[in-house]
Amino acid sequence: MKRLPWSLIVGGTITAILIFAAIVSQFWTPVDPTAINIGNRLKGPGEGGILGSDHFGRDELSMIMAGAWVSLGIAFSAIAVGGLIGTVLGVVAASERGPFEALIMRVNDVLFAFPPVLSAILLAAILGGGPVTTIVAIALFMIPVFARVTRSAALQIWARDYILAARMSGKSSARITLEHVIPNIAAQIIVQIAIQTGLGILTEAGLSFLGLGIAPPTPSWGRMLADAQTYLTIAPHLVFVPGIAICTAVLGLNLLGDGLRDLTDPRRRQST
Amino acid sequence: MRHIAQSLVGLIITLLVVSFVIFLVMEAVPGDPAEIILGMSAAPDTLAALRSQLGLDQPFLVRYSNWLIGLLQGDLGDSYTYSTSVSQLIGERLEVTLPLTGLAALLSVLISVPLGVLAAARPNGLVDMFASLFSQIGIAVPNFWVGLLLILGVALTFGWFPAGGFPGWDAGFWSALNALILPSIALAIPQAAVLTRVTRAAVIEVTNEDFVRTARAKGATPSHALWRHIVPNAMIPIVTMLGMQISVLIAGAVLVENVFTLPGMGTLAYQALAQRDLIVIQNVVLFFAAIVMGINFLVDALYTVLDPRLRVRR
Amino acid sequence: MMLEIKDLKVGFQNEVGPATDVVHGISFSLGKGETLGIVGESGSGKSVLSLATIGLLPKTAKATGEILFNGEDILTMSERELCKLRGSRIGMIFQEPMTALNPAMKVGSQIAEALRLHSNISRADANAEALRLLEMVKIPDAKRKMHSYPHEMSGGQRQRVGIAIALSLKPDLLIADEPTTALDVTVQAEILDILDDLVTELGIALILISHDLGVIARIADRTLVMYRGNEMEQGETERVLRQPSHDYTRKLLSALPRRARAGLDVMAPTTLGDSV
Repeated sequence: MKRLPWSLIVGGTITAILIFAAIVSQFWTPVDPTAINIGNRLKGPGEGGILGSDHFGRDELSMIMAGAWVSLGIAFSAIAVGGLIGTVLGVVAASERGPFEALIMRVNDVLFAFPPVLSAILLAAILGGGPVTTIVAIALFMIPVFARVTRSAALQIWARDYILAARMSGKSSARITLEHVIPNIAAQIIVQIAIQTGLGILTEAGLSFLGLGIAPPTPSWGRMLADAQTYLTIAPHLVFVPGIAICTAVLGLNLLGDGLRDLTDPRRRQST
Repeated sequence: MRHIAQSLVGLIITLLVVSFVIFLVMEAVPGDPAEIILGMSAAPDTLAALRSQLGLDQPFLVRYSNWLIGLLQGDLGDSYTYSTSVSQLIGERLEVTLPLTGLAALLSVLISVPLGVLAAARPNGLVDMFASLFSQIGIAVPNFWVGLLLILGVALTFGWFPAGGFPGWDAGFWSALNALILPSIALAIPQAAVLTRVTRAAVIEVTNEDFVRTARAKGATPSHALWRHIVPNAMIPIVTMLGMQISVLIAGAVLVENVFTLPGMGTLAYQALAQRDLIVIQNVVLFFAAIVMGINFLVDALYTVLDPRLRVRR
Repeated sequence: MMLEIKDLKVGFQNEVGPATDVVHGISFSLGKGETLGIVGESGSGKSVLSLATIGLLPKTAKATGEILFNGEDILTMSERELCKLRGSRIGMIFQEPMTALNPAMKVGSQIAEALRLHSNISRADANAEALRLLEMVKIPDAKRKMHSYPHEMSGGQRQRVGIAIALSLKPDLLIADEPTTALDVTVQAEILDILDDLVTELGIALILISHDLGVIARIADRTLVMYRGNEMEQGETERVLRQPSHDYTRKLLSALPRRARAGLDVMAPTTLGDSV
C-alpha cells in the first residue's frame, strides 16, 4: 500500500471537521448562535463560552459553527453552478474547436475581467445583498476558472491515440467526451473543486465583510470580522476567532487539493 | 508585432462587450435616477425635465452610444450624489488606489521572487520549508483580516503607521505614503504567497532544462547559472501569474480600503452602491474591468520581450 | 596520462530502498590529443560516465573510484575548483542542440559568456573572439548570426555553436555526448568533420560518445564498448571493429546496415566513414 501524502491526511481531516461542524450546527450548537445576552457581552475566551462572546453577548463558538454552514453552503453552491457550467463549456470547447471554442474563450475573458467583488457590487445594485448575489458573483468567476482547466486537460486527452481509434470506429464526439474525456479529467476537476471551494470561502468572507453577504442575524464569518472592527482594542478575540476559522478552513481545503493532486499525479510531486 | 496587434484588437472587442454588459445590467436596476437625485417628493414635471436633461428619455442604444462617446472624450457624466463629475471623482480616488495596488504588487514581487528562487535553489532546505509554510498560510488568509491584524499588532501597539484614513498627497509625500504602508502589506501578503509558489515551481522546472547543464559545463557557478540562465527563463509563468493576480489585487483593494478607511476606488464603488449612485457604479466597474484587461494585454505583450521565440520576425 | 579513470562506479539514490547502480567499475586512460570512442546502447551508462568526468552528476548520484585529470581527482574536488576546471580545461558538447542553448540569450553572448567566466577580458574582446569562434566552426554569415537567438538557427548550426562554446578556451579535454544523434544524416557528417579537424588542429583529447559504431569508427583512435554499466571490451578502434572479442560488440556490428558493415570490413580507418 502506497503511503498517502501527508497533505491529504491533514487537509482531509480539517475539511471533515469543518463539514461535520457545519452539519451539526443545524441541529445543535452550545448556545443559540443568534441569542442576545447583554450581560455576557464582549467576554473573552473561557469566561463567556469557550471562544468568548461578541458585543451582543452571542456565543462565538456557536456563531463559528453556524457560520461554517453558511460559508460552505455558499462556496459549494457557487462551485456547483460555476463549476458545472465552466466544465461543460471547457469540455465542449475542446471537442468542437473552431469558432465555438474561440467564442467561449472570449466569453471567459469577459467574465475573468470581473472579480467577484465587482460583480457582487453590480448585482447588489439590482438584487441587494444576500446569498443569491454572493453565489452568483462567485459562480460567475468560477466559470472561466473551470472552463480553462477542463479545456486544457480535455485537449490533452483529445490528442491521445486511443481517441483517434475511437473516432475511427465511428463514435460521435459527444460520446467520446462522455466515455473517454470526462473520466480521464475527473481527477483534475476534483482537485480544482477542493481548491476553488477554499477560494469560495475566502470570497464569501470578503463579501459578507462588506455587508453584501447573507443578512443578519444569520451568523457569517466575514460579518463577524466586520463587527469586530469596532471593538478592536477592547475585544481582540473577536478578530482572532473568525479569522483563524477562515484561515484554517481554506488551508484545509488547499491541502486537500494538493494531496489529491499528489495522489493522482505522482510525477507532479517531484517537480513541484 | 502581429501578435500584439491581434491581442489589441481582441482587447478592444472585449472592452466593448464588457461595457455593453455593464450597461445592460444597470438597465435592470430598479429605480429612476432622476428620482434618486431629486428625491421621492419631486414634482413629476421636474423629474421629466431632469430625465430629458440626462438623456434618460432616449432609446437604449442611443444612451449606450452616448455613454461610449462620452468615455472617449473623458466625459463620464455627473455623479447623482456627489456634486462633481464622475471623471473627477475617479481621478481623485485613483490617487489612492493606484499607489496602493502598485505598492502592493511591488512588495509582493520583492518578497516572492527572491523567496521562491532561493527555495527552488535548495529543494527541501530550510528556506524551502519556510517558503512553503509562508505560501500555504499566505494563500489561506483573507487580506482584510491581515489588515485588521496589522492595525491591532502594529498601528495600535507601536503607532508607527496610522490605523486608517488618508491625509492626501497635499499633506506631504511621506505622511501620505505612510498611510499606505500597512494597507499595501495586507494586500501584498496573500499575493506574495501565490507568487512564491509559482516562482518556486517555475524555477525548479527550468533548472532541469538542458541549457542549464550547458551553462554549468561552461564553468558557470551555481548562482551564476541561477540568476543569469534559470531566472530569466522562469519569468514567463511568474509574469503570467502576476497579471492574473491583478484582478485579485483590485478586488482586494475594495476590502482593504474598507478596513483602513482609505478614500479609494473601492470605497467609492461601495459608497455609490449604498447611495444608489448608479452612474458612478457603472463607470467605476467598467474602469476596474478595463484595468484588469489592460494589464492582461500588457502581460501578453511582455511575453514577447521575455521570450524571443515568441517574436514574429518581419 | 592526462585523464585516468580507475574503477569508476556510479549509483543513484532512490527515494526509498537501495541505490540503483548504473556504472559498475569502468577504467580507461586517455593521453593528450587522443580520441576515445565510447559506444553502447541507451541506458548503458555512457552519459552518466561523461557527466561524472566533468563533475556534473545530479545530487542524487554517488560516485566512487578515481577520475584523475592531470593527476587530480575530480571526484574529490570542491565545487569552486570544478567551476574553474569546467569550460576552461574540460569542455562538453551535448546531444540535443535544440534544448542545449539558452532560448532567451543571443548566440554570441552565450559564446562570449564562456570566455568571460574564465578570464577578465572586456566585453568587446569577448565578442570579437566569439565571432572568430563562430567562423571557426564554419557558420555562414557569422557576423549576423552573433545576434541571433537559438530558435532562429537550424539544428546543425546550433550544434556548431555548442562546439564553439566547448572549444572557446581550448580545453585539454573535450567530451562530446552523442553530438550528431539529433541531427539530419546529411548534417551529421559535417559536424563530425568539424569536430575531428578542430580536435586535431588544437591538439585536444576527445571522448566521443555514441550509440552508432559508424560514427565512432570515423574518428576514434580507441574504442570502449559498454553494456549496462559494464565494460565489454576496449582497444584500438580498428581491432575492436575487425576482430571483436566480445559477443556484444559483434551484435552491435551486425546491427549496422549491411553496406556500412561492408565499409568497415574492407576500408582503412581513415576512410571508414565514407560509405556510412
